[in-house]
Amino acid sequence: MKEFEYTITDPVGIHARPAGLLVKEVKAHADKVTITNADGKSADAKKLLALMGLGIRKGDTIKVTVEGDTEDGTADAVLKFLQENL
Amino acid sequence: MQVATGISILNGIAIGKIRIFKAPEYKISEELVDDPIPELNRFEKARLKVQEQQHVLYEKAVASAGEDSAAIFEFHADMLDDDDLLDAVKSIIVDQKHTAEYAARQGFGNMAQMFKEMDDPYFQARSADVIDVGNAVVECLLGIDTTSLQGTEPSILVAEDLAPSQTVKLDKSLLLGIITREGSSNSHTAILARSMNLPALIQCKGIEDNWDGKLAILDGYNSCVYVEPTPDLLASLTAKQQEDRRAEALLQELKGKKNTTIDGKTIKVYANIGGPSDVGAVQANDAEGVGLFRSEFVYLNSREDPTEEEQFQAYKRVLETLAPKQVIIRTCDIGADKTIDYMHLDKEANPALGFRAVRICLSRKDFFKRQLRALLRASAYGNLGIMFPMIISLREVRECKEILAECRRELANEGVKVSDSIQVGIMVETPAAALCADELAQEVDFFSLGTNDLTQYTLAIDRQNARLEPFLDTHHPAVLREIQMTIEAGHRHGCWVGICGELGADPTLTETFLRMGVDELSVNAKSVLPLRKKIRSIDLSKPASADTQSTAPKA
Repeated sequence: MKEFEYTITDPVGIHARPAGLLVKEVKAHADKVTITNADGKSADAKKLLALMGLGIRKGDTIKVTVEGDTEDGTADAVLKFLQENL
Repeated sequence: MQVATGISILNGIAIGKIRIFKAPEYKISEELVDDPIPELNRFEKARLKVQEQQHVLYEKAVASAGEDSAAIFEFHADMLDDDDLLDAVKSIIVDQKHTAEYAARQGFGNMAQMFKEMDDPYFQARSADVIDVGNAVVECLLGIDTTSLQGTEPSILVAEDLAPSQTVKLDKSLLLGIITREGSSNSHTAILARSMNLPALIQCKGIEDNWDGKLAILDGYNSCVYVEPTPDLLASLTAKQQEDRRAEALLQELKGKKNTTIDGKTIKVYANIGGPSDVGAVQANDAEGVGLFRSEFVYLNSREDPTEEEQFQAYKRVLETLAPKQVIIRTCDIGADKTIDYMHLDKEANPALGFRAVRICLSRKDFFKRQLRALLRASAYGNLGIMFPMIISLREVRECKEILAECRRELANEGVKVSDSIQVGIMVETPAAALCADELAQEVDFFSLGTNDLTQYTLAIDRQNARLEPFLDTHHPAVLREIQMTIEAGHRHGCWVGICGELGADPTLTETFLRMGVDELSVNAKSVLPLRKKIRSIDLSKPASADTQSTAPKA
């Protein structure tokens, strides 16, 4: 299992568009990716509406957990995505 | 005639009968089904169909309104792939034995409720998206054809609000414009209207049901709708609409195309502007830059001498908006017919030949420096050119440049960022400048021929004096020769030469100017595309056409 934290800098937070892109990014990997918000609420990053339901906004620190056979590569890819888009 | 106002989404005019559009009512049976499999299949079919609709709308919106505006439709399509949502709907069908439409309304409704209960207004607003997509699925399942609500003749649609999935099914060929009571300028209706290039009015609170079937004009320029307009108004706005259509047709044909002749010579076509409010016209008419930005507006719109900061803000806004396009700002050209109280200029017997433009600036150095500092500061935000007007001598150009250099040094000492690629040029609008063009060209990056003043000074004809009309020849060979001399002198010294006066927009002279070797024509924004069309029809490899004007003396 790989785990890292990331602080959102996008002014609107994880809004519809980047959420959709994030879901697509994660779906390209076989591993299970879970995102946990500051309140401890978690969502499967392959589920768009659940992810948006976390209500993640600018300045929030999220925890990303990756589990699976290719978790190292997947974690790197997700971090890169977050840095570029959120 | 009745008038109602709202917020306009698009500068355009729609004329036609009003059609009141009411959202359909859904009759959803609560009866249970024996076999859930057909219901699952119906839902799946509807889901895919609605998803496809959203993709189509996304593509449409990307093409005309840009990716940012279109993104919401991508979200709608993605929503229909969401496992939680799909599982919820399917379980209502399978476990509760409900119909597909009942399950869809329920499943999407629950999901919308989740968003509605969130704290953040952005996420709350997404509940409307969920409802909208849910409705689209329900309508698809019930076979509700919202197009029948649109009627059979082209009309201006009036509604409380319009969801995108409703709108996407509308027949565009029957849609002249949209008016809604609700909505914001970032709402779906607005995005859609923009993407379809439809005049639209939102938050129009004066909507009345009895408008149905009445003739109306939606005037996007004035953000209002006229119901049962007077014949005069109808005639004038019909004419305006036709003018818009011609411009639009030209834009569609020529947008993004180069100003290149048939034989391959390309020149720049820039726009002349009078203030920050004209920037929209520059973009709408696809001008490649601004060849003459008259800075007088900062002086004329002010009750007292404008500060450096005020000027800086105004210039910055224009440069930033149009970057990386070049914007050539002409320094203060007050005097002659443009006078200002706070400048306390004496009344002159002969103002056109008097204390004006650079003559004032060089006499009032502090006043001049305020503008130059503002320009230099603004240069960091775009692609600036600075142009000095009414030049008659080398000494004046050098003095202007020295003061500019002084301002640059001051700003550097203050640690203020200034662009190091600012082009500096002069207006050639006096016979003196045209005759001394060889010397002047060695001092500057460009010349811009101000043909209005050049004509007046060369012919000794006051252009404001109507009695002189019979004596005025705007194509006088003397003026054309000065233009030719200026272009040739500029090119001898690596200086590009443009024309920013009215002659630049005269299509009967375009070929003449191209043959003279002009590098740029700067014209009012509306003339940019007609001029592009003209340039693209010229072949300089062929013998000069009858259009070409001679610089030989006329009989």
